[in-house]
Amino acid sequence: MDDGLNTARLRVNYELAEQVFQKSRIQPTVCYQCRKCTSGCPLTFAMDYPPDRIVRFLILGLEERILRSRTIWVCSSCETCTTRCPNDIDIAGLMDHLKEEAHARGIVPPECRPIHAFHEAFLEDVARRGRVFEAGLLQRYMLTSGAWKSRLADGTLWSEVRTGLALLRKGRLPLLPRGVQARDEIRRIFQGVGDSEAPSDPVHASSGAENADASADPS
Amino acid sequence: METVGYYPGCSLEGTARDYAASIRGVCQMLHVELRELDDWNCCGATAAHSLNRRLAVELPGRNLVLAETQGLSELVVPCALCFNRLKTAEKALLGPESHRYSLQYEGSVRVMDLMDFLTRPERLQWMETHRVRPLEGIRAVCYYGCMVNRPPKITDAPSWENPTNMDALLSTLGARVLDWPFKTDCCGASHSVSRPDLVTTLTGRLLSRALAQGANCIVVSCQMCQANLDMFQERVARELGTALDLPVFYFTELMALALGHPDAASWARRHLVDPVPLLEASGLAV
Ligand code: SF4
Ligand code: SF4
Repeated sequence: MDDGLNTARLRVNYELAEQVFQKSRIQPTVCYQCRKCTSGCPLTFAMDYPPDRIVRFLILGLEERILRSRTIWVCSSCETCTTRCPNDIDIAGLMDHLKEEAHARGIVPPECRPIHAFHEAFLEDVARRGRVFEAGLLQRYMLTSGAWKSRLADGTLWSEVRTGLALLRKGRLPLLPRGVQARDEIRRIFQGVGDSEAPSDPVHASSGAENADASADPS
Repeated sequence: METVGYYPGCSLEGTARDYAASIRGVCQMLHVELRELDDWNCCGATAAHSLNRRLAVELPGRNLVLAETQGLSELVVPCALCFNRLKTAEKALLGPESHRYSLQYEGSVRVMDLMDFLTRPERLQWMETHRVRPLEGIRAVCYYGCMVNRPPKITDAPSWENPTNMDALLSTLGARVLDWPFKTDCCGASHSVSRPDLVTTLTGRLLSRALAQGANCIVVSCQMCQANLDMFQERVARELGTALDLPVFYFTELMALALGHPDAASWARRHLVDPVPLLEASGLAV
């Protein structure tokens, strides 16, 4: 009987929540879907799934769907959800974990690539000098991510250039970067953490559940 | 003279130099000597905790270890995000999962948010008797933002839904402080560069509510909040089709004004929304 409950086709993968717990020490399975996280989230207007849905998908093992969602990148890490969850689930921490996972697998949705590209440019700057030099970072991000093109297209580029010029005029854009002296310590930190997140994790083995993700709609 | 450790963070060497200058000025007046952490590094900010959780602990963690080696028992932090990341590192390096990280930290450094440090009761008392220009004419909403208070497990903040220390400070300085429901709502933070559309929406909500509440300025304690509310105001005004003209002050700038620091007004002139008309109308422009 087809009563519209296409959840029947859903293949649930309970392993995913366990794998997430092992890596992040955050336990999504205690969620009872009260939606308090979503009620206080300031960015639901730009998300494809609200935060409570992401937690639910995690429990059901819909990994692909989560990793390809806009939600995890649009989240501003404001920590409202984490603070208010009655079951003490660190939802903002889950969002970070999922971004890290999507980053490791290179599956960032196109409309979220600017966010991802900015994070990458930022960390490159930190790796280089140990500190961020805002003026250089902004310039490099604009050029390498191609962000200037979309800004030109939607007409916001000039407003940004004007803001930049105003900052310069007001003496708020220093022209020379400063850095950490013990660069080797910074290098060691970056090298030490580099491989720990390489995709050698068990989560990959489960990617056979992807098809189920695509066909089922558990909402 | 009291001496404390000081972690300025990258923005205060760059676009938030106005904040940095006002902090120096105010601390001088309060007889507080800020000892900058030697060879500090970036806390990794949102980028690190989004892409690499170990980096997100070890970058700020190195600063805690440095502070410990340099014998600083207190570390004052003016940036809300740096504060949050340093506190996160503190909890991680002292918690049950500390073996995941390559740093050894004993936990002898107390990480403090600058506003918390500057609004201790004895200081408020001192300011009450030393203010030379009460902030009459200033009708402020206090905007605390996200990172200083949330999540309380990390920040150890006593009241995260309705913080009041900035309210108390500004009242002490003679300003009229208006109540409003957006004290700790999000401004969009680091999305300002990569998704300015999101920040336009979020700051639009904050700015129009501040205006509706009858405020003639917004007061902040975070340079990201300041940048977003200040730099996006022109764009928000255009989209809403109304004039906003709400100066966005750092709390330290208003402290300096009230305590009579000669350079106070010049720091605020570096903002994009011109504060001079309000300061003149309030008899505070010098
Ligand atoms: S607030 Fe917590 S328990 Fe409630 S829906 Fe969100 S994650 Fe689940
Ligand atoms: S941390 Fe992210 S998901 Fe949680 S309330 Fe804030 S924006 Fe929403």
